Amino acid sequence: MLSIKGLKVKLEDEDKQILKGVDLEIEAGKVHAIMGPNGSGKSTLSYVLSGKDGYEVTGGEASLEGVDLLDMEPEERAAAGLFLAFQYPVEIPGVGNMTFLRTAVNAQRKARGEEEMTAAEFLKVVRARAKELKIDADMLKRPVNVGFSGGEKKRNEILQMAMLEPKMCILDETDSGLDVDAMKLVAEGVNALRTEGRGFLVITHYQRLLDHIKPDVVHIMADGRIIKTGGPELALEVENNGYADILAEVA
Amino acid sequence: MAEAAVKQTPTDAMIATLDMPQGGWSDAARRDALARVQAMGLPGRRDEYWKYTRPDTLVQAQAVPAALRDGDDTVLFDAVDRLKIVFVDGVFDANASDDLTLEGITIERLADATSDLHWGRDLYGVLENNGQNPVPRPLAALNTAFAADGVLIHVTGKPSKPVNIIYRRTSTTADAMLHHCIKLDAGAELTLLENGPVAARFNGVLEVEVADKAAFHHVRAQGRDHEQRAATHIFARLGTESTFKSFTLTANGVMTRNDCVIELTGDDAAAHVAGACVGDGRDFHHDDTVFITHDAVNCESRQVFKKVLRNGATGVFQGKILVKEGAQKTDGYQISQSLLLDDDSQFLAKPELEIYADDVACSHGSTSGAIDEDALFYLRSRGVPHSTATDLLTLAFLAEAVLEVEDEDLREEVTGRLASWLERHAA
Ligand SMILES: Nc1ncnc2c1ncn2[C@@H]1O[C@H](COP(=O)(O)OP(=O)(O)OP(=O)(O)O)[C@@H](O)[C@H]1O
Ligand SMILES: [Mg+2]
Repeated sequence: MLSIKGLKVKLEDEDKQILKGVDLEIEAGKVHAIMGPNGSGKSTLSYVLSGKDGYEVTGGEASLEGVDLLDMEPEERAAAGLFLAFQYPVEIPGVGNMTFLRTAVNAQRKARGEEEMTAAEFLKVVRARAKELKIDADMLKRPVNVGFSGGEKKRNEILQMAMLEPKMCILDETDSGLDVDAMKLVAEGVNALRTEGRGFLVITHYQRLLDHIKPDVVHIMADGRIIKTGGPELALEVENNGYADILAEVA
Repeated sequence: MAEAAVKQTPTDAMIATLDMPQGGWSDAARRDALARVQAMGLPGRRDEYWKYTRPDTLVQAQAVPAALRDGDDTVLFDAVDRLKIVFVDGVFDANASDDLTLEGITIERLADATSDLHWGRDLYGVLENNGQNPVPRPLAALNTAFAADGVLIHVTGKPSKPVNIIYRRTSTTADAMLHHCIKLDAGAELTLLENGPVAARFNGVLEVEVADKAAFHHVRAQGRDHEQRAATHIFARLGTESTFKSFTLTANGVMTRNDCVIELTGDDAAAHVAGACVGDGRDFHHDDTVFITHDAVNCESRQVFKKVLRNGATGVFQGKILVKEGAQKTDGYQISQSLLLDDDSQFLAKPELEIYADDVACSHGSTSGAIDEDALFYLRSRGVPHSTATDLLTLAFLAEAVLEVEDEDLREEVTGRLASWLERHAA
């Protein structure tokens, strides 16, 4: 599904190398988790994959179902099926959440040559999905993320994911800021989308989320590289011992 | 003295081209106004109040011709049930207009109102004259002296529908001067809509007297005219517990100067002035100049002006709140913001507060900035194309001003017009 080979990325305006050769293969139907110390490049990887400005790819490649991602505009990547749940969702005053969602859903459908959703159809689906995530009608009406609590913002990310039904979902610390109940809701939201055809990359610092979203593979990222890959037990090891042992092991 | 002598020349040249209507109740007001213009002189480039806007094309004797280029925009307010008053090239057109009778309101053409004892005598040129202090507005005095057409609206009740002054232009050279007076009696209400291209050059004055507990709503669209030059003035005086709300949408035109002068003279009154402006290209220049005087207790005023500028367009805002001694519990708010879609466009702002009372809450802010890149990426990452995302964010930026239009249907029309403009002017 998602294939990353030797990806090297530096900042556009600064002589700072952040990703130093990342290799990652995520198969359809699988959940991969990435853990790693602060500043190791996890968010950068997710931004570069989704096409954010300010980064320069200096080597390697990334493709989604065999299609080169790095040449595409962000909206084209989205239409191709890539989704990023932001670590810090952006507030957009003046743009209603519903308008935003509907514009996004229909823009993607249009880009893929599919029929657009009618207002009524859309309303029905969004209400049902919102209810599952305990997002009330008021939050749907308000401007995108404006005045939302940290946890509400994260649930809103998952709502967008549920509406857009992407093929490849990247979740960047979606668990941070969530209370225990909200974490369960979010995990249920994600698990509901786990299907044969869909891949997940879950970036997290904590085992807690992985209790609910059971990963197939766990990677450790440090200093711009994947330094270790293993099964779910690797996350437990990090939870118990931190990164010191693993870092020492590869040094 | 030397300064005045230098300025006298264009003023005389302009006056020489104009004919003053003679006789009737407005005669004295016109002669007084002429004396004012001659004393002040028409605005020149060195006038403090014209620092950011070059008055040349507005004051030169001959108007610069403006090509007719209609058809690329929908006409606003067509779906609204309203009473239509039509002016073609700055001249009232009775055939195109509706029957001017409507319960609760009396409408007369300025040129037809000749009786000596007309109510207009207490309004025509009166508010304009009040508005000459402390800042001279010679173009408005010129208008009072020479405007040959316009409407006089006396609102005694609550008419069942809005009045819509519709302007049409058929000539590339029309140089129009119109003067409208509106008098709302105590408790009366009126919604006034104005739209359409007036003339190649337009000098407009609107004087509005809002008596106690009366309410005046004004929604104006300046646009559908790419080369128009306009200087407009609104003068309003508000009585106790009265409301005045005026919103202006400006799209296109090359030179627009909109002055708005409001006096809050009765306690507990509210005045809102707002504008949304979209401009494209080096030739586009838009200036909002607002002066609000609080001279009563517990009044509220709001100024909300938003501009979207691209391809070298220029926006200007000069806004002042003057709180006189004794105008306690004043609540004054002023915001002027521009969204600059490129580095060539510019926004020049001069927000001012002058306060002589101690128990007041006044705030003002002025900003100019680019599209929020993080918001843009967020939208695009959800599949919204770059241009759609930019338009969404631009409309969001304008929303605070558009929200000042109270009526939801009118607000939607305004938003729709802005959206279609943005679509046509895609980056
Ligand atoms: N736009 C930028 N400007 C400057 N430095 C940047 C930028 N983007 C990333 N960096 C730097 O790159 C490094 C990697 O950052 P990144 O956000 O990818 O880390 P992370 O692994 O997601 O960390 P965390 O666990 O704290 O979220 C950090 O040192 C960060 O400061
Ligand atoms: Mg991060």
